[in-house]
Amino acid sequence: MTYVDGNALAGPLREIFAVDLTAASGQCVACGQTGPVAALRVYTSAPGLVARCPGCDEVVLRLVRGPSGAWLDLRGCVSLQIPL
Amino acid sequence: MLSAGPTPRIPLESWQFAITTEAGQQHHWSWLELLALPSQTPTVDLHCVTKWSKLSTSWRGVSLDVLLEEVETAADFALAHSYGGYTTNLPLEDLLDGQAWIVYEYDGAPLPPEHGGPARLLVPHLYLWKSAKWVRGIQLLLEDEPGFWETAGYHDYGDPWREQRYQGD
Repeated sequence: MTYVDGNALAGPLREIFAVDLTAASGQCVACGQTGPVAALRVYTSAPGLVARCPGCDEVVLRLVRGPSGAWLDLRGCVSLQIPL
Repeated sequence: MLSAGPTPRIPLESWQFAITTEAGQQHHWSWLELLALPSQTPTVDLHCVTKWSKLSTSWRGVSLDVLLEEVETAADFALAHSYGGYTTNLPLEDLLDGQAWIVYEYDGAPLPPEHGGPARLLVPHLYLWKSAKWVRGIQLLLEDEPGFWETAGYHDYGDPWREQRYQGD
């Protein structure tokens, strides 16, 4: 199964946040690797978007868009450093 | 064909399927042990939450009734675990009475990895995310424990006829 890079998250996250989160830098909970959201591996052929760490393939971020709201799971991310 | 991650490749010689009870008792089957069990060939309709359906799909596999026959449990819930880390939860009763299988053939051929092979769970009366690909075990639980998509907005039960897609549907 192929993936695309984290830039695919730009539009869906822009719907929720006032800034472009793909430029934010995050750390993977599983392996500690740090990098921009844009560098995550995003699996889009799924019921939601699943963004995985390019270092260890663990889930860093999940985003499900329902008809009247969105669910964002960031538990695979230690923190996000957001340029403002 | 949906996938939330890279496709796991599991060598058949190390493949194992396990049912773990709420008391921690484990029943497990190797690949050859699974193939030695009586199989069925269900032809079923599939319903994906992303709004497609595929009718009259043909499978071969072992009914969960067979696998659970010797398992002593008071559990009401099950959590399916997959190679690769995926999980999905179901009421145990939805795995019984000819409603669910561990399937290893599709259309008369071995189930390819991209479709969940070597073996996947098949629970056709629920949305397809409940039919865990690359299944490696079922954990029996006294209390419901939401799985991968169920913790991210998807419906806990997922009945396609009631269009139970998202939480609150």
